[in-house]
Amino acid sequence: MKKLINTPESFVKESLEGMAAAHPDMIKIHLDPNFVYRADAPVQGKVAIISGGGSGHEPMHVGFVGMGMLDAACPGEVFTSPTPDQMLEAAKVVQGGAGVLYIVKNYSGDVMNFEMAADLARTEGIQVANILIDDDVAVKDSLYTQGRRGVGTTVLAEKICGAAAERGYDLKKVADLCRRVNINGRSMGMALTSCIVPAKGTPTFDLAEDEMEIGIGIHGEPGRERMKLKPADEITEMLALSIIEDPAYTRIVREWDDEKGEWVDVELVDPPFQPGDKVLAFVNSMGGTPVAELYVVYRKLAEICEKKGLQIVRSLVGAYITSLEMQGCSITLLKMDDEMLELWDAPVKTPGLRWGV
Amino acid sequence: MVTRDQIVAWLKTVAQVLEENKDYLTQLDAAIGDADHGINMDRGFKKVMSQLPGVEDKDIGSILKTTGMALISSVGGAGGPLYGTLFMRAGMAVDGKYELTDEDLAALLQAAVDGVVQRGRAQLGDKTMVDALTPATEAFKQAIGEGADTIEALRRAVDAAEQGMKDTIPMLAKKGRASYLGERSIGHQDPGATSSYLILKALLDVISQPQ
Repeated sequence: MKKLINTPESFVKESLEGMAAAHPDMIKIHLDPNFVYRADAPVQGKVAIISGGGSGHEPMHVGFVGMGMLDAACPGEVFTSPTPDQMLEAAKVVQGGAGVLYIVKNYSGDVMNFEMAADLARTEGIQVANILIDDDVAVKDSLYTQGRRGVGTTVLAEKICGAAAERGYDLKKVADLCRRVNINGRSMGMALTSCIVPAKGTPTFDLAEDEMEIGIGIHGEPGRERMKLKPADEITEMLALSIIEDPAYTRIVREWDDEKGEWVDVELVDPPFQPGDKVLAFVNSMGGTPVAELYVVYRKLAEICEKKGLQIVRSLVGAYITSLEMQGCSITLLKMDDEMLELWDAPVKTPGLRWGV
Repeated sequence: MVTRDQIVAWLKTVAQVLEENKDYLTQLDAAIGDADHGINMDRGFKKVMSQLPGVEDKDIGSILKTTGMALISSVGGAGGPLYGTLFMRAGMAVDGKYELTDEDLAALLQAAVDGVVQRGRAQLGDKTMVDALTPATEAFKQAIGEGADTIEALRRAVDAAEQGMKDTIPMLAKKGRASYLGERSIGHQDPGATSSYLILKALLDVISQPQ
């Protein structure tokens, strides 16, 4: 294992300390329990948006804390969900009296830990909504699995909901918007190489020199299909068509019902893409793939979208939701409406995403 | 009968066993999950060990609830809420007690399993820790119903857990990250069922030792 670390045990903490030292104008960190929060928190009267997940996906989530995006992010160990005490403490520190939205990627650990955190926060008198992101079309069914994983759409939801909270949307409106972003976003990823979790020291899976893994998640977990490496255009076509031709996707998620005072099952349906849709096209590096290769992918993606009648109205290209040093990419398409577009364009100032300021 | 000192000794043994099996559990997890189960459980029980001295003179319920809270705040992943809930519910089932009758132990096991099922929404056969815990609890209850003593009943529970753990090998995972592998999850033993077996076996090992 060759990594720029001191020890695997100190890696997450030292990385957070470095972030705080580099961006004192935007963020502060709290250690034990670990979370990153907005330097000017709490913002009174604003819905606080908190996310979190395993470390190793940077800049998501810790790099998206700041004006116009997240109020706090709770990093777990590498690829391991954070714990409820982190999310609870973060909520107490950043909440400005208007409630807290937890944006949660659909992994069993994240879901359970955030549900426990929400239960604890409510006992402290904090109003909380949990909204799941489950946009990975590589997972076909939801009946016999945990359901689709939360991947690229998470970044877009954090930006759009962050802007909405900044504008004074109340908790219900921000939660509804987050759910709408989630059902309109779809993603799929692929890997050229595996990655090495520092505490483990060896690659999570083996991939031969001439092989690739299609439909990977973001934790070094193997995908659904392994095949011989193909040219970028063919890979892009596989990923893009899986997204664009994905039929309506129905699943049951668990959300908190404020009136009933209990967790309830909610059925959500992702509508399929239609010709004429306006979309945000997001090409993401898994960490080890250079930007120049992402543009090769974007070139083909734009061609496919045009052919399918999808109008790309915004783009995002770069490493935003990564899997340590893994080579590979993911594509996310998000169907945009006017409100989402306006919120996407709103100013944001975080270590990982910054414009309009 | 199980005494408070045996419960304390059990938790210490669990910490030791999980440290010894850290790489083994992580390897099992690498095959169908995200390669962190052994690392997480080891970290969790190290936290338990750091808090145990403060509660080891209290009742068994308090000791187990403290164990649960320590796991919830240190394990992360799915293991944190699941094992945290398991020990919390186990503790709540035997609140205020300094020794456990076989009936108490049965109630403790049942409450623990119910907590895990409720939190994780997993069914028997989903290739999870439930596949080790549920048969173990059933076997324990059946054994004491048939008049077996504590050690014998626990031995049957551990045998059932071991069988349940092995039975996860041909199963198709339906919960957690392993479920994303679909057919490729078949042929691998579930890491959560394995750690559950190890934890139960540690209890048997402690109880079997002459006091």
